[in-house]
Amino acid sequence: MGTVSTNEFKPGLKIMLDGNPCSILENEFVKPGKGQAFNRVRYRNLLNGRVVEKTFKSGESIETADVGDVEMQYLYKDDQFFYFMDNSTFEQATASPEAVGDAAKWMRENDNCAVTLWNEKPIAVTPPNFVILKIVKSDPGVRGDTVSGATKPATLETGAVVRVPLFVEEGESIRVDTRTGDYMSRAKDEQN
Amino acid sequence: MNKTNWPPSASIETLRARAFVLQKIREFFQNKNVLEVETPVLSRHTVTDPHLHSLSAQYPLTQETFYFQTSPEYHMKRLLCAGSDSIFQLCKSFRLDEQGRIHNPEFTMLEWYRINFNHHQLMDEIDELLCVILKLEPADRYTYQAIFKKYLQCDPLATNLNELKTLAHQHNLNPPDLDDDIDAWLMFLFSFIIEPQLITPTFIYNFPITQAALAKKNETDPRLGDRFELYINGMEIANGFYELSNFKEQRARFNDDLLKRKKLAYESIEIDERFLAALEHGLPDCAGVALGVDRLVMLALNKQTINEVLSFSFERA
Repeated sequence: MGTVSTNEFKPGLKIMLDGNPCSILENEFVKPGKGQAFNRVRYRNLLNGRVVEKTFKSGESIETADVGDVEMQYLYKDDQFFYFMDNSTFEQATASPEAVGDAAKWMRENDNCAVTLWNEKPIAVTPPNFVILKIVKSDPGVRGDTVSGATKPATLETGAVVRVPLFVEEGESIRVDTRTGDYMSRAKDEQN
Repeated sequence: MNKTNWPPSASIETLRARAFVLQKIREFFQNKNVLEVETPVLSRHTVTDPHLHSLSAQYPLTQETFYFQTSPEYHMKRLLCAGSDSIFQLCKSFRLDEQGRIHNPEFTMLEWYRINFNHHQLMDEIDELLCVILKLEPADRYTYQAIFKKYLQCDPLATNLNELKTLAHQHNLNPPDLDDDIDAWLMFLFSFIIEPQLITPTFIYNFPITQAALAKKNETDPRLGDRFELYINGMEIANGFYELSNFKEQRARFNDDLLKRKKLAYESIEIDERFLAALEHGLPDCAGVALGVDRLVMLALNKQTINEVLSFSFERA
């Protein structure tokens, strides 16, 4: 595995810290009037998602992490694992529920998503920012309730529950922002 | 190479305002009969300071190594020793690996020396200059000891590693390995706790003698050096000395630097014997200061990054 010097630090760079792959979020160069310069770094631990701050001596060398995002197709899951396939090489990857995390509630079989691989093992899964999913269960809106902005829960085909406006009905497909879990619009025309 | 970033990093309007600041600086010194000088950017020697890294170039005809100057200090002091009287210079200086929000590897420095001034008189003159350029009131003045007591309730002249490490921990800093070097810990805490809080103009003076660089030893307290720094908006603006003129002590400090370099496994630097010969000839009693012009322009125009006041930042050069 290679190393990088702190003066090559930039957001998005993946490095190994305390044995964990991490992604740099911010890097600030700090130099006292005289003396040792520092790099103050905010980074995300890619295994547990925690954001941490740490200061390095400028010029220190840090091990890089072999981490990259690959576009993969979600195939299926069994009792233990989720299975993905690289669409270009047809290689399969097995991801633990911890690695898939919240992404699971937005994924249908055969949907594409970004799988973060560390030493070829999936450590995180990111669904597309917007997905179109069918509502499998939602009670009809209460007649006469005209309060603007009123919402009701709707269960989607993947199991996710989102708040939708009262006029949206069971069986319809909707567009959802997976980053916030917010309903965006009805998606009748956009359905694939 | 990215062709789309051909335009300047600063707006043309900013560059006009920058030119006006430079003009004001020149007028300020002309009115005081301080001579403007230019000294070499490329020199056969560079600083021994273990934490300053120089860029170098090979001169093809002689295969000699030349260093881009990290500041014009040595050449300017050679002029002072030769009888120049008070001098100022606006020039480019170069530091390897210094790049960030307020750092560019190539930057503009204003450096000046005043004969028969001590560092307090020079701070007064900096106040005057800040009044002209930034319309500021005179800066507050704290000793290094007083500012540590104010923000960290710690006496930097009577502290120990344990106390400093505990302070770093209490402030949720996640420090690197600082080799149990008291000064490194002091500078670390200063940079991350104190400096960000120095918003209104503040001079810090009477640094520990171990951080005095090229400043005289304090006459009344040998634990101190006659060095000062100016901070505005949590950013270092200037560093000055009541200049060390004792060439023997200067040589001893250079040798200390070389020992530190060896310990850190850094490149060894040849001591600039011409500079020491000039000091031996005699440096007049004087105080000098280096001030970051790019940061001064940032303050004048209320810009948050150095790139916004440079015609072309390092990425675009």
